[in-house]
Amino acid sequence: MTDSTKPEQYLEGTGDADASRGAPEENPGPEAPIPARESRSDKSVVRLGDRVFRSVATGSGAFVVATIAAIGIFLLIRAIPALQANEVNFLFSREWRTGDPDNLRFGIIDLAWITVASSLVALLLAMPIACGIALFLTQYAPRILARPFAYIVDLLAAVPSVIYGLWGALVLAPVINPFAVWLNNNLGWIPIFADGNIPAGSGRNVFTAGVVLAVMILPIITGVTREVFERTPTTQIEGALALGATKWEVIRTTVWPFGRNGFIGGSMLGLGRALGETVALTIILSTTFEAPSYSIFDAGATFASKIALGSAEFNHNLTVGAYISAGLVLFVITFAVNALARWIESSSGKGKE
Amino acid sequence: MRTDTADVERPATAPAFQQIGLGRRLKNNLATTVFLIAFGVAVVPLLWVLITLLREGLVPLLDPDWWYHSFYGLLPNDFGGGIYHALVGTILQTLVCAVISVPLGVAVGVFLIEYGQNSRLARTATFMVDILSGLPSIVAGLFIYALWITTFGFPKSGFAVSLSLVLLMLPVVVRTTETMLRIVPDELREASYALGVPKWKTILKVVLPTALSGILTGIMLGLARVMGETAPLLILVGYARSINFNLFQGNMASLPLAIYTERKTPTDAGDYRMWGAALTLVLLIMLINLLATLLSRLFAVKTK
Repeated sequence: MTDSTKPEQYLEGTGDADASRGAPEENPGPEAPIPARESRSDKSVVRLGDRVFRSVATGSGAFVVATIAAIGIFLLIRAIPALQANEVNFLFSREWRTGDPDNLRFGIIDLAWITVASSLVALLLAMPIACGIALFLTQYAPRILARPFAYIVDLLAAVPSVIYGLWGALVLAPVINPFAVWLNNNLGWIPIFADGNIPAGSGRNVFTAGVVLAVMILPIITGVTREVFERTPTTQIEGALALGATKWEVIRTTVWPFGRNGFIGGSMLGLGRALGETVALTIILSTTFEAPSYSIFDAGATFASKIALGSAEFNHNLTVGAYISAGLVLFVITFAVNALARWIESSSGKGKE
Repeated sequence: MRTDTADVERPATAPAFQQIGLGRRLKNNLATTVFLIAFGVAVVPLLWVLITLLREGLVPLLDPDWWYHSFYGLLPNDFGGGIYHALVGTILQTLVCAVISVPLGVAVGVFLIEYGQNSRLARTATFMVDILSGLPSIVAGLFIYALWITTFGFPKSGFAVSLSLVLLMLPVVVRTTETMLRIVPDELREASYALGVPKWKTILKVVLPTALSGILTGIMLGLARVMGETAPLLILVGYARSINFNLFQGNMASLPLAIYTERKTPTDAGDYRMWGAALTLVLLIMLINLLATLLSRLFAVKTK
C-alpha cells in the first residue's frame, strides 16, 4: 500500500546520489594510505568477500529476470499440447469444454469480452474519481491532513480482494441493482445497456463487477497520480498564481498538463490490476452457460475467474493445458498493459522541471 | 492568465478576489466541490466494507472457542467452531514466503543500488520487477502449478502456495529496499570506505542497518498484501477444515481459502463462519500494517 508513496518524499534532492556512487568503489581500502606503491597495475585487488557478495547480488538480479522468462516459457510449454489438441479455434470459439481430454473444445472470445468489459467499466468509474482525489490531496487538503487522508485511500488497497468479492455480491449488488434495472429499462436501446444473458436486476453481472473493481483499483491510480501532481514545479504554480489565476485555473494550466501522462500511466496500472483480478470476480459473476450478448448486464467468467473456477477439474495435463493457455493470454495482456503503463509514467513530466 | 493589464497595474485593493468575474469564481468553487466529493466517494466503500465486516463478523470473534478450535467435524448447520486451523495455515504459508522472498528481495535491491548502477542487467531487472508487481496472482499460481506440480511432480501443498506468494511479495521487498538504500547518505558509505572497510562489509554493517526500518516496513506491508491473496490457493492447495501443520503434505486451510470455501455452505452457520473468517483476516492485516507503522516510527532513518 504505502510502499511506493511514503519514501518518495525523501527523494527530493538526492537525485544526484547515483552519479557519485561509482567513485568510492575504486578506493582500494586499506591499501590507500601506502603512497609507495605508485604503479596502478594492481588496483584491482578484490577481496573474496567482495567477489562473493557481488555475485550473490548480481545473481539475484539475474534470477528476477530469469523468473519472468520462466513464467512465459513454462506456461507456453504446458499450453502448446492443449492448443494442438484443441478442436476449435482458440481465439474465436465460444465453447469451453475441457472435461474430455480426447475432445478438447475451448476458445477465449467470451472470456476476453467479460474481462475487458468489466475492466473498462471499472476504469471509466475510477479514473475521474481518482483524479479528483489526487487533486484534492495535493492542491486542496491542508498539509497536516493530506497524509492521513492519503492513508485512508491507501487502506482501500489493504482490504483483500476476497472480501471485496463478498461485499460486492452480498451487500453492494442489492443496493445498485435498481440503478442497473433503470439503466436497462431506459437506455436499453444502446447495445451495452441491452438485456444481458441474465436479468439485469440479479446483480451478478459485469456492471456490479465493474463497480467493485473500480473500488479496488482506485488506490493505485490515486497513488501514482498524486505523486506526479505533487511534483508539479512550484515555479509554474506560482507563476500562474502571480498572473491572477484562480485555483481551478492553476490546476488546468499547470498541474494537469504536467501530470496528465502520469495519470494515464497510473490508470493503465489500474487496468492491469483489474484485468488480472480473480477472486472478487469469481464470487460476484454468476456462472451461466448462455453466451454473453455484449451488454454490461452479462454474467460469465473472465480469464482469471475461469481458471480459478476450473481448478476443480485440474486432473489431466491437456485439461490443465487449456486453462494454462487462457492464463498465458492473460499474462501476455497484463505484461503489455503494465509495460505500457511504466513507459508512459516514466516519460511524464520529464525535462519540464 | 486572462487578467488584463489594467488590473495588474492597479495596486491590489483589500480582498483581491473581488476583481474576479462571477463565471471564474463559480467555476473555481464548482471544481473545489467536485474534488471534495471525489474524496468523499472513495471513503464510502471503505467505511461500508468495514461496517459490514464488523456487523457480520464480530459475533463469532467474541466466542473464545473461535481462537483455539477448528471447523473440524462441524455440520453445515452447526454454529461455533474456530479459525485456529486457518490461522495456522496463513501464518505458516506467509512465514515461509517471507523466509524465501526477504533475502532474495533485499539482495536484488542491493544489486540494483550498490552494484548494478546503470548496467543493462540492472535496467532489465528493474523492468522485470515492475512487471512482476503487476503479475496477476492467478498467473503466479498457474506458473507454480506448471513448474512445481506438473513438471517436478510434487503434490499440491501449502509450500506450493508459499512459492507462488514469493512471486507476489518479491517486487514489494525489492522496491522498498531500493528506495530505502537510495536515501542512505553517500557520506556514510564514504566514511566507511575511508576507514578501510571493504564494500561488502560496508553494505552489510553500514548501509543495510541504516535502511533497516524502511526495509522492515516494506516487508510487513508485503506480508500484509500476500496474506489476503486467494487466487493461487484455489489452484495449489486443497482446503482442510482440520488443523494441519505440515506444509508439504495434505490439504491446508488459510484465512482467504476458508472465506472462499465456507461461502459455499448455503446456511446461516456457513455465513457465520465466512464473515468471522473475513473479519479475522482483516484484523490480522490491520495488525501487521499497524506494526509496520510502529516499526517505521521507532527506527526512522536518520538522514543528515
